[in-house]
Amino acid sequence: MAAIQIRRVEKSYRSLKALDGVSLTIEAGEFFGLLGPNGAGKTTLISVIAGLNRADAGTVAIHGHDVVNDYRQARQLLGVVPQELVFDPFFTVRETLRIQSGYFGLKNNDAWIDEVMHHLDLTNKADANMRALSGGMKRRVLVAQALVHKPPVIVLDEPTAGVDVELRQTLWKFVSRLNREGHTVVLTTHYLEEAQALCNRVAMLKAGQVVALDTTASLIKRISGSQLVVRLAAGALPAELQTLVSHPDELMSGNRQYTLRVNDCAEVEPILSKLRLSGAVIDDMQLHQADLEDVFIQIMEGEK
Amino acid sequence: MIGFQTLFYKEILRFWKVATQTVAAPVLTAMLYLLIFGHVLADHVQVYPGVQYTSFLVPGLVMMSVLQNAFANSSSSLIQSKITGNLVFVLLPPLSHWELFGAYVLAAVARGLVVGAGVFAVTAWFAHMNFVAPWWIAIFALLGAGILATMGLIAGIWAEKFDQLAAFQNFLIMPATFLSGVFYSVHSLPPFWQAVSHCNPFFYMIDGFRYGFFGQSDVNPLASCGVVVVFLLILVSFGLGLLKSGYKLRH
Repeated sequence: MAAIQIRRVEKSYRSLKALDGVSLTIEAGEFFGLLGPNGAGKTTLISVIAGLNRADAGTVAIHGHDVVNDYRQARQLLGVVPQELVFDPFFTVRETLRIQSGYFGLKNNDAWIDEVMHHLDLTNKADANMRALSGGMKRRVLVAQALVHKPPVIVLDEPTAGVDVELRQTLWKFVSRLNREGHTVVLTTHYLEEAQALCNRVAMLKAGQVVALDTTASLIKRISGSQLVVRLAAGALPAELQTLVSHPDELMSGNRQYTLRVNDCAEVEPILSKLRLSGAVIDDMQLHQADLEDVFIQIMEGEK
Repeated sequence: MIGFQTLFYKEILRFWKVATQTVAAPVLTAMLYLLIFGHVLADHVQVYPGVQYTSFLVPGLVMMSVLQNAFANSSSSLIQSKITGNLVFVLLPPLSHWELFGAYVLAAVARGLVVGAGVFAVTAWFAHMNFVAPWWIAIFALLGAGILATMGLIAGIWAEKFDQLAAFQNFLIMPATFLSGVFYSVHSLPPFWQAVSHCNPFFYMIDGFRYGFFGQSDVNPLASCGVVVVFLLILVSFGLGLLKSGYKLRH
């Protein structure tokens, strides 16, 4: 059974269509990336999944439990880290986590609370008031709050926005471990290298619609290819290679630097031999592997 | 049940951690009312035969404090959580609308009663008090606190900004409490204003509560109790309906 089943979800705010018929199936155990520019509908979709927003049409189910009709089971299976840095100023970190455990029906949850605090480097802040914590520390508490009930499905809405390197590494180490132990993880982020490194599958949202959905590897492979950048010290680019140039204006300019499309590394050697045979001399050369960011830009611009 | 218990406990802790502001301050205010009005009016006004004005005033002040603080607790907790955004912590877990309602309202009732007890403990020193019908005292205190706690919940859900909540408090709750007979018996009013007072549910809460002390009231306490219970039931079903629908909480 799918961890999250989203069927034709629609949501409008007055005239703005925030979600326009989104359907997605996220399988149990996946590390899934939900990407898109600001205003694409990522947070709205997460809010619908979490029951914070109600969809105008369509349904969402967590492990088969509808988030509206069967909300108690659905919410028990879900841990959400909200994007906004929110906290309750009346309590300490430990009180906050104990209270959150209680909301999920858990008493005497201290062993797990201690473990979560340990993995998020919060242990020495356990008795500090929430008001006294730095932004990064508050973010860690938000993550801990989402995990108090060991939810099988974890949703993180831009958890690393404005967060230092240390917390990012701590966080990803812990979340990756939870994923290896079988937790499904859904992540939204603007750091595409993070998504590329962590997510096995990615959906891209734009204007409330899913515009791409595939494994991270085949998205990168399918859409972009790699690029070979050569700068010539002498000679010219042979005519047979000119068709590979991705930016035609490079042929007009006189600086003899060319960006050539290649599908894989095996195509590099024939290009070099053609250059050599034509008498060209290579001054500098770089092989630029396509990454998720290239794919993202292509898809977002291609859809314009 | 653990979810409800936890939210109730959290709501209690929330006001108890700032008890100077939430408990001690209203007790002091009520004492000032008693000292000033008691001093000015004690020799001039006698509402019921054989009952000193200061004694008459004490139950009114106690009830007023119960009502205002019950309202303040649920409404301020909700509006603060909404505005700071930490309401998500109770919206994300599997808490039902019954649990949310029960926890917010009962914690507010608790604050109302704690403040009321504090006001009584302080003001009773200045007046001679009787307890003719203690059950009526308890029943009207509970029902009145429940009504205002529920109104606070409704106002907290409805208001989007602090000034909207302040308007609710200043233009509805304050006049309704002050004009309900805290400081006077409505029998001393001209007939028109007596009739108006009888449309104010707050009047029945205070009148019935006062009956418990003196065995005298403007209206039969059983009738007052009926009015108050009906009013409470209407508010409870309205408040529960709001929570169930997610009005202004789940967009």
